[in-house]
Amino acid sequence: MQEHSEYGPDGASEEPLVRPYVIAQGRGRSDTVQLDMISVVIAAKRVEVDEMALEPEQLRILDLCRRPQSVAEVSAHLDIPVGVVKALLSDLLNRGLALARAPYTSKSPVNRDVLQAVLDGIQKL
Amino acid sequence: MASRNSDPTQEPVPSALKILIAGGFGAGKTTMVGSVSEINPLSTEELMTEASRGVDDLSGVEAKSTTTVALDFGRITINPQLVLYLFGTPGQDRFWFMWEELSEGALGAIVIADTRRLETCFAAVDFFERRGLPFVVAVNHFEGSHRYEQEEVRSALSLDPSVPVVIGDARERESSKAVLLCLINHVVSNVAA
Repeated sequence: MQEHSEYGPDGASEEPLVRPYVIAQGRGRSDTVQLDMISVVIAAKRVEVDEMALEPEQLRILDLCRRPQSVAEVSAHLDIPVGVVKALLSDLLNRGLALARAPYTSKSPVNRDVLQAVLDGIQKL
Repeated sequence: MASRNSDPTQEPVPSALKILIAGGFGAGKTTMVGSVSEINPLSTEELMTEASRGVDDLSGVEAKSTTTVALDFGRITINPQLVLYLFGTPGQDRFWFMWEELSEGALGAIVIADTRRLETCFAAVDFFERRGLPFVVAVNHFEGSHRYEQEEVRSALSLDPSVPVVIGDARERESSKAVLLCLINHVVSNVAA
């Protein structure tokens, strides 16, 4: 997984609202992508899916993730434990069938622009 | 910045933030999540292995049993790039180990103080203080219970003067919004400090 530490000494970020994608490149190892409960996943578009090569649950995940969903939402909607969802998704990411975006972490603290966006968003509720 | 998203038709994937909502069992955590979430609160289950507390284990090998921990959560779409998740933390003490993972990367936390049983939120206050995670205390008044003033709660919980205390009703959207805004402003002041 990418580490996100592109913050300058003044705490400002060059890209305030956009986080890098988790890159999952299958290298013939059983790469486990570090997925968080709130990693957001979307099915890759314009990719041929070999349905026979996937688990039925993985097809359900791809179907659900035509709209961005967090790992926790996938787990809740499909009634599959979080740990299993992570393993199934990890494989989909390694196959290039899905994309995931890492959440903010303590290593990439949020900046003022993001916090202001959150304030604005909650006020509009 | 590396990205494999070179297909311009691929829609952007938003980043997520999370806020934890803690408090004793029945304090109103899921109620608060539901009052502001754009979706009905969802529940996700995780199988956990824990050491058995059985006393009649004669094998000499610690028996393990699996237990299911349910987490309730809601979602607020801030904008196309940003989604906020609100997670109710498991109330029972034996699920403390879940809190470590849940609090990792969290923006902050709301501790709901149940006025019928103030002591049930001591553990949450201690946990967030030790983790250095910004939090606010939301006093959820239940009918028929003693109506605490902010300063009474602050004193009963031995809160640092910088920790905001908000009186509210977890069922009301406007009240829960005010608590969330209070928390984010508290986080902003921590960032500025």
